[in-house]
Amino acid sequence: MLNREVVIAGAGPAGLAAAIEAAKAGAQVLVVDLNIKPGGQLFKQIHKFFGSSAHRSGIRGMDIGTQMLAEAEKYGVEIWINSAVIGLYSDKIVSIERGLENGEKELVNIQAKKVILATGASENVVRFKGWTLPGIMGAGAAQTMINVNRVKPGKKVVMLGSGNVGLIVSYQLMQAGCDVVALVEAAPKIGGYGVHASKIRRAGVPIYTSHTIIEARGTDRVSEVTIAELDSKWQPIPGTEKVLECDVVTLAAGLKPISDLVRLHDLDLTFNAVFGGWVPKHNRDMESTQSGIYVAGDTTGVEEANTALEEGRLSGVAAAEALGYLTAEQAKELKDDIWERLDGLRMGPFGEKRMFAKNDILADFPACVK
Amino acid sequence: MEKKFDDDMLVCRCEEITVGEIRQAIAEGALDVVGVKRRTRAGMGLCQGKTCEKMVQQILAQELCIGPEQTGSSSIRPPVRPITFGTLAGGIK
Ligand SMILES: Cc1cc2nc3c(=O)[nH]c(=O)nc-3n(C[C@H](O)[C@H](O)[C@H](O)COP(=O)(O)OP(=O)(O)OC[C@H]3O[C@@H](n4cnc5c(N)ncnc54)[C@H](O)[C@@H]3O)c2cc1C
Repeated sequence: MLNREVVIAGAGPAGLAAAIEAAKAGAQVLVVDLNIKPGGQLFKQIHKFFGSSAHRSGIRGMDIGTQMLAEAEKYGVEIWINSAVIGLYSDKIVSIERGLENGEKELVNIQAKKVILATGASENVVRFKGWTLPGIMGAGAAQTMINVNRVKPGKKVVMLGSGNVGLIVSYQLMQAGCDVVALVEAAPKIGGYGVHASKIRRAGVPIYTSHTIIEARGTDRVSEVTIAELDSKWQPIPGTEKVLECDVVTLAAGLKPISDLVRLHDLDLTFNAVFGGWVPKHNRDMESTQSGIYVAGDTTGVEEANTALEEGRLSGVAAAEALGYLTAEQAKELKDDIWERLDGLRMGPFGEKRMFAKNDILADFPACVK
Repeated sequence: MEKKFDDDMLVCRCEEITVGEIRQAIAEGALDVVGVKRRTRAGMGLCQGKTCEKMVQQILAQELCIGPEQTGSSSIRPPVRPITFGTLAGGIK
């Protein structure tokens, strides 16, 4: 069995930021990610980020990813790609299916002193008649196809959902040369930011609010969908059906935190609708209800890259402190700065409800932990 | 539940379990995700419920008139990601 001081599951903004902080303080860090490239969602995000300038808004997600990778390398962070954390056992033994350079895989158990879970979130699906037809996929999956693998998912796309993911991916699908036929949104209002919505509108693509997909049809793959208007009780209004021809339907219906490792290890969870469902309880150090196991980023509640990054930093600093690489005063100074930035990110009409949700989770932390 | 969810609609693709089978499991006494899973195998396939768990929770909430937090979630066992027998047979380093 190998030994590492800090083992991190997930190399998205949360996992990489955690790795950088812990390694900068002097800890020996390994990050494991199942993708063929580290960076999590960042390398799919070819658009400029929103938010304040202190938080790298105006910078493209992929450029933040490149900066973080360079920093991780500078501090000697070890990264295993194409490798999945498949288990987490008592006394912090992390089981990994490691991808080798020759394409083979091997099972490795690592004895860690501290574990940080930063596994992100997964896309929600939506049920309608025919939802399992080929050509129907998550919006994030379509984004991975065009921006990472440079493969068009099809020619004519109907997007379900008008939150930021739905809006941004629609625009990027158009940039990639797809014809976006329409956006369909069940709520009476567009969910995402005005800047993103106006790009869609300017391109002449209709956004049908108070509408949903009733049925998808096709033989080998989807060839058309029926949409209909919804009444105030979210029921389809008969006679309002429209048929849209398409060969791709992308679902942007929100994300849910990936909590498999958390649940495997019996960390206490709490249900939080704002954050997308069940999330692990944690304290202000991002430590879970089991000492030495930390959680950060979308795993703790679906938010954004910047909050994921700051939460990752917190967990990295806290782990380094617990390992004795930072004094309590040094760690406090770093953590206070991070919390100030996090509070800043959780403000305004979009951020405030996440601030309240986070406070609920922090208040729910048991006084004595396992 | 709304009529748009026909009984023959697939919910768990891995194990090919339909809305109707899940409704029947609930009628037979399943109260949460684990109850449905034990009776139908929904969520026991390759993806281990990553796609369907949320839909099973929605059906439970609708059929039993309970909140989403009361529908529970699946118990998790390693490996949390699918691995091959070949890898397992290689032993653990
Ligand atoms: C279309 C879209 C647009 C967005 N735009 C913005 C924006 O403009 N601004 C903004 O701030 N945010 C944006 N976000 C949100 C942002 O991308 C996420 O909040 C952020 O990436 C979360 O970071 P994370 O590190 O928690 O998770 P992720 O970035 O998802 O990284 C998690 C990583 O963990 C890995 N992993 C999971 N399970 C395992 C396992 N068992 N073993 C090994 N590895 C594992 C995954 O492969 C992944 O690489 C956007 C999201 C989307 C989908």
